[in-house]
Amino acid sequence: MSFSIRKQGDIVVVDVEGQLIVGNRQELKQKVLDELERGERKFLIDFSQTGYIDSSGLGVLVSLSKKIREQGGELRLANLNDDLKTLFELTKLDTLFQIADTRERALESF
Amino acid sequence: MRGEARGGRGGAARRRNAVASTPSHVQRVEENASVPVPGEDTLSVEHVRLAVELDIPSDVRYIEDIVAMVTRQCAQLSYPPRHLALNVPVALTEALSNAILYGNRERPDRHVHVRAEVDRERLIVEVSDEGSGFDLETSEIDPTSPENLLREDGRGLFLMRRLMDSVERFDDRGNVIRMTLRRS
Repeated sequence: MSFSIRKQGDIVVVDVEGQLIVGNRQELKQKVLDELERGERKFLIDFSQTGYIDSSGLGVLVSLSKKIREQGGELRLANLNDDLKTLFELTKLDTLFQIADTRERALESF
Repeated sequence: MRGEARGGRGGAARRRNAVASTPSHVQRVEENASVPVPGEDTLSVEHVRLAVELDIPSDVRYIEDIVAMVTRQCAQLSYPPRHLALNVPVALTEALSNAILYGNRERPDRHVHVRAEVDRERLIVEVSDEGSGFDLETSEIDPTSPENLLREDGRGLFLMRRLMDSVERFDDRGNVIRMTLRRS
């Protein structure tokens, strides 16, 4: 499991590879907060290569969403598979996040 | 230190596995615990039961390997993809992280005991820790209510209940959570 970060225009794109769970959530949080600290304001997290997400991972996404918004930024999510969509729907977090079907659509939505 | 699983109704052999100090050892247990299911053209898996029982240190880095081990058992008995990708991994991750973080408070002298038994009817997983336990009924909040939606915590037990057919707690052998998922 790892996270890769790249810039696409003025948008920071984060790919979550493997699981986003209790054992690695802090790593994702710190990477995004570091970018926020550097002045980045637009963030896209892409889950196309993600396995499963636990409650800790969901909690980190909520936390990042709040911190980015506090700084006047935006966070978008993309490429949730059907199982991950169900997870977001069960927890009603699909109502909290802007979720795009594809990375391209998410990038266009900023 | 060997894992063991054996097919046969009523005869699932189990041996307690003491997992050593690195996640790589967990993988070794998984390999030992996996018994090939006979090909469906020769024998039905209908009466096969797989079981694994092991101890892990109170370290969240073990979780992914344990989840992979149990999920593999379910895959061997043709559980549906949704169970393999969502129900089992998420619910079991929650149970394990609760046991490690809140039950054992990550104390290195405490272990988490996992027992999983799966057949064509259902999966039963028990996760035991050495903590004082908690009341399932009073511990759950509704993380989907508007006042809780922005909380960073509070979704673990909720997800276990939604993703499993039953979640029970016992304290006769330490603090034990038992989760049952019917194959459907």
